[in-house]
Amino acid sequence: MAILIDETSRVLVQGITGREGAFHAARMRAAGTNLVAGVSPGKGGQTVEGAPVYDAVAAAVAATGADVAVLFVPARFARDAMLEAADAGIRLVVCVTEGIPVRDMAEVTAHLSRRGTTLVGPNGPGLITPRRCSAGIMPADVFTPGAVGLVSRSGTLTYEVVHELTLAGIGQSTVVGMGGDPIHGVGFLECLELFEADGETAAVVLIGEIGGNGEERAAAFVREHVSKPVIAYIAGFGAPPGKRMGHAGAIVEGSSGTAAEKKAALEAAGIPVAAAPADVVALLQAQFERRRSP
Amino acid sequence: MDLLEHRGKRLFADAGLPVLPSRLAFSPAEAQAAAGELGLPVVVKAQVKTGGRGKAGGIRVCATEGEVAAASADILAMTIRGHGVSGLLVEQAVEIARELYLAISCARTHRVPLLIFSAEGGVDIEEVARRDPGALVRTPIDPLLGLCDYQVRDVVAAAGLDGELAGPDGTPAKQSLAGVVRALWRLYHDSDATLCEINPLVVTTSGGVVCLDSKVTIDDNALFRHTDLKAEAHAAKEDREARAHEAGLAFVALGGDIGVLGNGAGLVMSTIDQIAAAGGSAADFCDIGGGARAEVVAAALDVILSMETVSVLLVSIFGGITRCDEVARGLVRVLGHASVDVPVVVRLDGNAAAEGRAVLAEARIPGLTVAAGAAAAVSLAVAGAGALQAGPKTPPEG
Repeated sequence: MAILIDETSRVLVQGITGREGAFHAARMRAAGTNLVAGVSPGKGGQTVEGAPVYDAVAAAVAATGADVAVLFVPARFARDAMLEAADAGIRLVVCVTEGIPVRDMAEVTAHLSRRGTTLVGPNGPGLITPRRCSAGIMPADVFTPGAVGLVSRSGTLTYEVVHELTLAGIGQSTVVGMGGDPIHGVGFLECLELFEADGETAAVVLIGEIGGNGEERAAAFVREHVSKPVIAYIAGFGAPPGKRMGHAGAIVEGSSGTAAEKKAALEAAGIPVAAAPADVVALLQAQFERRRSP
Repeated sequence: MDLLEHRGKRLFADAGLPVLPSRLAFSPAEAQAAAGELGLPVVVKAQVKTGGRGKAGGIRVCATEGEVAAASADILAMTIRGHGVSGLLVEQAVEIARELYLAISCARTHRVPLLIFSAEGGVDIEEVARRDPGALVRTPIDPLLGLCDYQVRDVVAAAGLDGELAGPDGTPAKQSLAGVVRALWRLYHDSDATLCEINPLVVTTSGGVVCLDSKVTIDDNALFRHTDLKAEAHAAKEDREARAHEAGLAFVALGGDIGVLGNGAGLVMSTIDQIAAAGGSAADFCDIGGGARAEVVAAALDVILSMETVSVLLVSIFGGITRCDEVARGLVRVLGHASVDVPVVVRLDGNAAAEGRAVLAEARIPGLTVAAGAAAAVSLAVAGAGALQAGPKTPPEG
């Protein structure tokens, strides 16, 4: 089924009566999404983009069987909206909102993992399975269906790489933007595991950037658990070394998270790293070529 | 938002953490007066938002008023890791028996706050962590449960303090340490910190426990819950960065000659990398964000072009939510009639790219080139900057 979403996903939009919510609900529907409901407290009874609006997520789930929630909710209300979705039994919560406090995200991810709810985001573009379902704000016309799975920490850089893939005739199974916040939902590891198990995905592209150690951990994971070809691109080689307060970051992460360190870790695990976004295409083609010829 | 030591210590004191009496000073005379009030000896400490100030000579123990004046003058004139010294903290001196390390930090890997403790604190803590990772206590704190008593006991046990040791007021040192750990967690939680670090946390020769330094970072996203800190954050911003921030931009000056404007942090970083790979040097990182409208683009241009080093401007947009025609209108607004004399290379792809290119073509702005794709745009900009360096009479290619 690609990963996380497909044509069977029943999507509701929290904050659907707001400007952003209404705009993106329309775009998601145009991209093939089965939009079944909207939620805006106090606005129940309206209809937006053909979807009935409810006051609460639980009521929307009961009436429509929604299993995916996409949030267009201001940062200070996002914590509550995500908790509400999880408690209503939503399977996958997608949060586009940027600027959510770290403390709120720590509490939300702890609660959602206890509930068994999957989170994508926040502060990211969401995810898309081309022509079948879009849950977020990705520009659907850049994407084309195919066999390359992609997971990224960056929004526009993802569109850039996908644009090149599509121009080269390489389609995508599912594209996930994990979001740029320090505490977020699914990351490289979770997506790699899903892509490895997915029958529709033949290769995976990772798009990383400076900071944290997600790319390093992904490299170790690929070495142990992934048989499909993996290609990477990292942004931020020219970023100035950040002034960092205190020692806790270096002690905890065990690396300073520079682009060069990430590239070295990925290459040591046998993952080719593209020099520019457009070069991902040639590296993928080389991998496919290698697989075809014994 | 990184807090200076003295501001962090005010939060510490409010949270019930033990700090020494101190005064803030901005001149040698003020420092001398402060030393007079506190009683000699004192420690004079540079207030800078960076680590390594001790090794750089930014902390001096002074036994006489003359030493205070001399040390203050020296330190106020210092630049530490590129940071000017904004003030001095004059603090009572104390006899140190042991230096411990205690911090709570937001750990990406665990997605929860992580408490870190070492019985060997001080300036070489990262070295301790490398040499003997087992010497560090690392305790994830459940954000929904908070810090548990057994976790506090683990830290106290790891410190290996003598059970008989007690401070001047008779409080056992073990009990004081437990109080510090609990108070630091409350402070971390209640103030929406992403880092609270005490290094060193000292045990004095008289058996007291005192926070000698503070490093506190408050989550910018949570400042709406902390209005007092929000006002301070605003006042402290550099002029140019403050303007950029107000317009909703992420902006960092990098010192090169190619001004860069793009949408999305990843895309802008990637553009800067490609400029470097082509032999150029970016003047800035400027992210106009998603869905940026014409006014935001105009504000970004204002900020970038106010840097005198900029000799070429590169605009790279891949429209997702951002409409390329909105960006183009912003460009025309500033470049169309202002006295902008640097060449501009623009690359528009994605959402409404054709409309955006049409807006630019219609405006016929002298010196503006529309490039086909990111790679072409980067090479045009780098060639343009190179040509200008070779001689201002040579127009950039393309």
